[in-house]
Amino acid sequence: MNAAIIELADIRKTYNEGTAVAAEVLHGINITLRAGEFACLIGPSGSGKSTLLNLIGLLEPPTAGSYLLKSRAIQQASDDERTRARLETLGFVFQFHHLLPAFSAIENVMLPGLMRDGAFTREQRANAQQLLTAVGLADAMDKPPNELSGGMQQRVAIARALALAPDLVLADEPTGNLDTHTADEVFALMRHFNETKGTAFLLVTHDPRLAARCDRVIELRDGTIVGDAASKTSK
Amino acid sequence: MGFEWTVALRFLREGGMQTLMIVAGTTIGIAVIVFITTFLGDLQRDLIKRTLGVQAHIVIRPAEEVARPLRETPAAAAALPQVQARAQRLRSVDQWQTLVPVLRATPGITAISPIAAGPGIITRGDSNKTVTIMGIVPAPYIAVSRFAEKIVAGSLRLDPGDVLIGTDMAKDLGVGLGDKVRLSTPTSPGDAYQVRGIYDLGIRSLNRAYAYVGLAPAQAMHALPGGVSSLELATDDLFGAEKLAANLRRTMPHEVESWMQANPQLLAGLSNQTVMTVLVRFFLGLVVAIGVASVLVVAVVQKTKEIGILRAMGASRGRILRVFLLQGALIGASGALLGCACGYALTYVMSNILRSGDGTRFFAANFDPQLYIYTLVAAVALGLIAAVMPARRAARLDPAQAIRI
Repeated sequence: MNAAIIELADIRKTYNEGTAVAAEVLHGINITLRAGEFACLIGPSGSGKSTLLNLIGLLEPPTAGSYLLKSRAIQQASDDERTRARLETLGFVFQFHHLLPAFSAIENVMLPGLMRDGAFTREQRANAQQLLTAVGLADAMDKPPNELSGGMQQRVAIARALALAPDLVLADEPTGNLDTHTADEVFALMRHFNETKGTAFLLVTHDPRLAARCDRVIELRDGTIVGDAASKTSK
Repeated sequence: MGFEWTVALRFLREGGMQTLMIVAGTTIGIAVIVFITTFLGDLQRDLIKRTLGVQAHIVIRPAEEVARPLRETPAAAAALPQVQARAQRLRSVDQWQTLVPVLRATPGITAISPIAAGPGIITRGDSNKTVTIMGIVPAPYIAVSRFAEKIVAGSLRLDPGDVLIGTDMAKDLGVGLGDKVRLSTPTSPGDAYQVRGIYDLGIRSLNRAYAYVGLAPAQAMHALPGGVSSLELATDDLFGAEKLAANLRRTMPHEVESWMQANPQLLAGLSNQTVMTVLVRFFLGLVVAIGVASVLVVAVVQKTKEIGILRAMGASRGRILRVFLLQGALIGASGALLGCACGYALTYVMSNILRSGDGTRFFAANFDPQLYIYTLVAAVALGLIAAVMPARRAARLDPAQAIRI
């Protein structure tokens, strides 16, 4: 069995804690994600998917419970340490791509390297060229994001998430605003990197077609996990 | 800092018109600051030059003589209630010859001119005029008073028997170059002197007030053998004269007077002007700072999502803070560079346009590197300070929320 990347035990999240409008949105979540897994998180709106993803992504701290990132208790760490852990172990893909318009496609892919090394380097460029070629954007590398289509932008975002070879990529509805054909292409790319690089993926999705093609489906309802099983159609 | 520089520069470039406008605003603010500082500085120096005439920056005179009661006990004070003030005689600065090398070694003093001055009468035929007879040594006196530029006829040479008088005095007496006049003082019956030169100080009463002779004849006429009535000093820093005078006052028993003490009205006028410029500069700086701050506040709002994504990708709060501080500093620095250039150009053009009554330049376009260096440093600091609030706001953004917006 592969090493665990994240281990969540009895994770709870309460918003507006200690006030009259306090609301617990996650009630004791237990998930372990291992290297190389390709999992998705499904559930109706308001079930706490995004909150859980933000929690796993170290963007929000849990109210209670234990979170081990690569066997290290991370929720007590300082903001700077959690930021560094994000840079080194996690990659993010969001629904609305969120490329930086001030940077070209290839520079967007080189941004994580710029954060790590403090400068744009030749190695980062070579790596970014390789990734962009792999996502089929060899001809659009120097274009600014606003000259790329939605699908192309999302492919750049995937290349960016993979720039520093993270252990886990978190994707929040990565195909949410793409047409079916483009969504399939983007999904296939993630699958491709999962298989060739061994990067683990956790996708949040509303699309049952895509969920069916994941190795593992975690279903969330009202802040509780109601299903966590290997997908029926998975290989 | 590579990440911060790259992102800050890209954000500014992306800002486009917004960045151009605020840099233009900063440029104008800085240009006006540079212009009024240079303009007013020159104007003040010029005003002092014109008003002071031949007055020295610092004058050393013998201390005033005071009458003291013989016995200074309370009982004696009661018995002698009235002590008459002493009349001030013309006396020499005590030990002035030993004082000169000490003054010469004092930093800040550029010239020392001994003067033997006292009351006298200038006579030609039936015409008598009272006059202050000034005994000078020409070379140091020129250095202290710029007297050389005031000579309008003849030359500044004072051999024994030579005298220099003002234009109005010459007219009053009806004399010209080479004519003889008689100079006498209460302590000497007087002698004949030849008019060697005629000066014009620009003020009629001053042109009638002084007759210049060599130091030795003046000493003889004023009964000050080997003595001087005052030492006049030139300093390298006009506005530091009072400070220097205060230092000298502590080390010697003589009366030391700076031009500021001698001309309190002029000084008050100048300080009012200085206060005004400081105020104008302060408010211009404030306006620039508010402009920079408001542009950056808007930029933070516009870039909320991008800040969120950068934070999610692994940029620390500190880095985001520095990205925005750097933008403020860069706006300040570029505005200052352009503003200094425009300010100098403005000063240069205005100095050619503005002329005073006699056609000379109202002020000179002096290039003072110190002003430009200070302005640059201050503008960068100002940009940084203006950026603090927006930068902190950017750094405090919650990445999870920022992305969702």
